[in-house]
Amino acid sequence: MAVTVRNLDEVLQSTPASENPLATEEYFVNMGPQHPIAHGSLRIVLRLDGETVKEVIPVPGFVHRGVEKICENFTYRQIVTMTDRLDYLSALMNNWLVAKTVEKAAGIETNSRIETIRTLMAELQRLQSHVLWWGVLGMDLGAATAFMYGFREREIISELFEETIGARLTMNYIQPGGLMYDIHPNFVSRAKKVIKHLKRVIGEYETLLSNNIILQERFRMVGILSPERGIALGCTGPVIRASGVPYDLRKIEPYGVYGDVDFNVVIGQRGDCWDRYYVRMIEMHESIRIVEQLLDNIPMGPYMTLRYNMPIVVPKGRYYEQIETARGAMGVFLVSDGESEKPYRWHFRSPNFNNLWAVTEITPGWRIADIIAILSSFDLVIPDIDR
Amino acid sequence: MDAASLIEIVIAHGPHIVRVESSNVPAVSAPREGYADLLQWLRDDERLRFDLLLTHTAIDWPDRDCFELVNVLYSTVHGHYLTVSLEIPRSNPIAPTASFIWPIAHWQEREAYDLFGVLYDNHPDLRRLFLEDDWVGFPLRKDYRDEYMLERPVWP
Repeated sequence: MAVTVRNLDEVLQSTPASENPLATEEYFVNMGPQHPIAHGSLRIVLRLDGETVKEVIPVPGFVHRGVEKICENFTYRQIVTMTDRLDYLSALMNNWLVAKTVEKAAGIETNSRIETIRTLMAELQRLQSHVLWWGVLGMDLGAATAFMYGFREREIISELFEETIGARLTMNYIQPGGLMYDIHPNFVSRAKKVIKHLKRVIGEYETLLSNNIILQERFRMVGILSPERGIALGCTGPVIRASGVPYDLRKIEPYGVYGDVDFNVVIGQRGDCWDRYYVRMIEMHESIRIVEQLLDNIPMGPYMTLRYNMPIVVPKGRYYEQIETARGAMGVFLVSDGESEKPYRWHFRSPNFNNLWAVTEITPGWRIADIIAILSSFDLVIPDIDR
Repeated sequence: MDAASLIEIVIAHGPHIVRVESSNVPAVSAPREGYADLLQWLRDDERLRFDLLLTHTAIDWPDRDCFELVNVLYSTVHGHYLTVSLEIPRSNPIAPTASFIWPIAHWQEREAYDLFGVLYDNHPDLRRLFLEDDWVGFPLRKDYRDEYMLERPVWP
């Protein structure tokens, strides 16, 4: 039994010529690695016939840093720092994933103050991520004004984080057993101002971009992903919810204090780019609702239950935990040998990695400009794909 | 369905399917024979309906001289999890592909090939995913060494 392994050149040269003498010639075009839609470094090879896309071949790996290999040499507290660098727009949620996995596996107790602050921070980060996505989406489609608006609001939330955490991008805040620091005394009052401001500007967003006829024409009925194919292609997060599957881990398996707050899972109907766009727009309102319910109800208590120098050893076994980040289900598969402070195997199930594959299925038949819209509506973060 | 009855149903499906202990989600280990059929059955059976392959990865066990392939499955219909694992020899790491059952496995198996060197029989497009096509070796194997790797200093 022999298994053949190919390389990219062979794939690009193996395309059969058409039998039809009148057929136009197909050709390959590289999109990326340096392209604004790549949001980082993602090479996409397009097989084109005229301007119609026949095939999309993603070539990831430009930001591959071997995070899983590094994690095998790190203690669990050090691994938290690696997760900031995966999906950097969901850094706090990724931190929380490590904390949740290790706490469940090692039986570490936390208190309601820690869980409330974690939920608050995660929702603020989700807001920040969606606001930035909205701005960048405008930029991708040629509306530079939206980019300025998106970055303005992102800056406001970043400053709120900076006051408590001291970092703006690589948070390293949610630790196994608790939090790195307590919230800043100004946090609650300042967060209220931020939320008040965001409520107003998200209304502005609708008038600025959502009601724009160009955006609607480019998004409606473009890149339709059916719920069955979406599940088979491993999509999660807003992408699968836009196809009408209410798969939201915050609701299905509540962690933190999501079980106690009132919010709705937003789903779409058709699974086109417009639904993926609008699901995120409404999710912002739902996140604001969660934050508003929690801001006045932060219980008292310690913010850390472990000493920072206390070694954490996970009992022997294998563990799988997931969390809902801004882009979908982020999971960890952990194998521990039960002796060392380091994992034997640490695997990230990253949402963008799985969502990207759906792009290859729904893009054939559309034009190059539609690919921009489709990729933009998927909201990919490349370091999370490459790891 | 609770974990015990779920595992009972799966174990009753075929011989040599054994429960994997000390896992926080229900876990079974499957034999090589009938592995692809088992996965197909897990997806299609009305009681199970594992329609979402959350992740597929490998674990390197050099002391047992095998790679363990792990599929983490989830059912969006019933809301239960299952881990199915398969051990393949390290010297001849060929495994059946699941990409005809869950299309996402195509992509995830390419990652496992890239980082572990697991060869998937019948895979439609087996190529390196993250690393360059001319990369030598498979970095997530425990015995992987290259000239850029630093040796960890041994403290007395």
